[in-house]
Amino acid sequence: MAVCNELLAQVRATAQQHGARGVGTITVRIGALSGVEPDLLERAFTIARAGDYTDAARLVIETIGVRIRCRACGNENDAAANRLLCSACGGYAVDLVGGDELLLARIELQGIPDAEFSKQDQNAQGEKNYV
Amino acid sequence: MCETCGCSIPGHEHPEPADTHTVEVLKGLMSSNDHAAAHNREHFDRSGVLVVNLMSSPGAGKTRLLEQTAAALGSGLNIAVIEGDLETENDAERLRRGGIRAHQITTGSACHLDAHLIHRALHDFPLADERGPVDILFIENVGNLVCPAAFDLGQHLNVVLLSTTEGDDKPAKYPVMFRAADLVVVSKCDLLPMLDDFSVDRASASLAGLGNQTPVIRTAAGRQPDIAAWIEWLEARRGEHPVPLGEAGTPATQTA
Repeated sequence: MAVCNELLAQVRATAQQHGARGVGTITVRIGALSGVEPDLLERAFTIARAGDYTDAARLVIETIGVRIRCRACGNENDAAANRLLCSACGGYAVDLVGGDELLLARIELQGIPDAEFSKQDQNAQGEKNYV
Repeated sequence: MCETCGCSIPGHEHPEPADTHTVEVLKGLMSSNDHAAAHNREHFDRSGVLVVNLMSSPGAGKTRLLEQTAAALGSGLNIAVIEGDLETENDAERLRRGGIRAHQITTGSACHLDAHLIHRALHDFPLADERGPVDILFIENVGNLVCPAAFDLGQHLNVVLLSTTEGDDKPAKYPVMFRAADLVVVSKCDLLPMLDDFSVDRASASLAGLGNQTPVIRTAAGRQPDIAAWIEWLEARRGEHPVPLGEAGTPATQTA
């Protein structure tokens, strides 16, 4: 639920920043080792979004499997969350390459006219160039 | 099935309404907690205190271990405890009876502590007392092997207790928690002779399967406490922890 509130706070902030009137699909990325259960997040989402302009939003969860790289032989392989061993040499000194993500990937914003959005886009580009 | 309208015609598309745009965000969903945790860590480092986040299932013996730790350390190291429970001051009061300075956080229905709760607690709980600065601050997290693992509090070390009355395959069942551990303490080892289904070796093997080399130590904190390995580990970690800048940590003046 705490994760869900943070998610909605970030969605609202982004929507306000762009002057959006509504929110469509919200895509989040969750790794198998992130400590967050996709099903539970989905259920929390339907409760937390109520009575808000995110009410009609749809949550899409992309789950990401665990991937590890062996420090000894450099081999990279997929792994089960509780079996983090190198599949080539059996080594246990491995680094996590993927699987601990907990990210808000993208948001579909509604109610922004095309012209307005491309202007915002240019501004964002300009800021990036300036830095 | 079409995800937009739910019909079964394959390959048809729904055009996006003209005023809909997708923005990439790619921001971590823990960023608010992580920000507060970094702030806590800065505060801890300025005070030179070593902070240990103690986690386990309910009833694995966290509070008992802390009572025995204070007794074993005596006046050697100054310790303090922040307690996390859903309800009651019981654990903090228990520790205070043993002469340990303790602050209780009651989380209500939340099953874990987060960095904001710790931050708030620190306003009412100074990291120094009449005995001087606190050497080690223990955060006794809510008894739960799931959620506490996902929330950084600003601690330096994670210690996970696994008691011998639980299953020895807990590391494989709760990989997120055990993967984050800097030390696993197998507690209640004085009960091992009575138990036919717990093997410390199997617990270690289950932990090794998570791809880290976390050390495993045994403790017993019952009527005949044996926590020497734990105290030794704590003192070693305290010994290598940096002292705050401005005291002994100030770099010596360079002479040309």
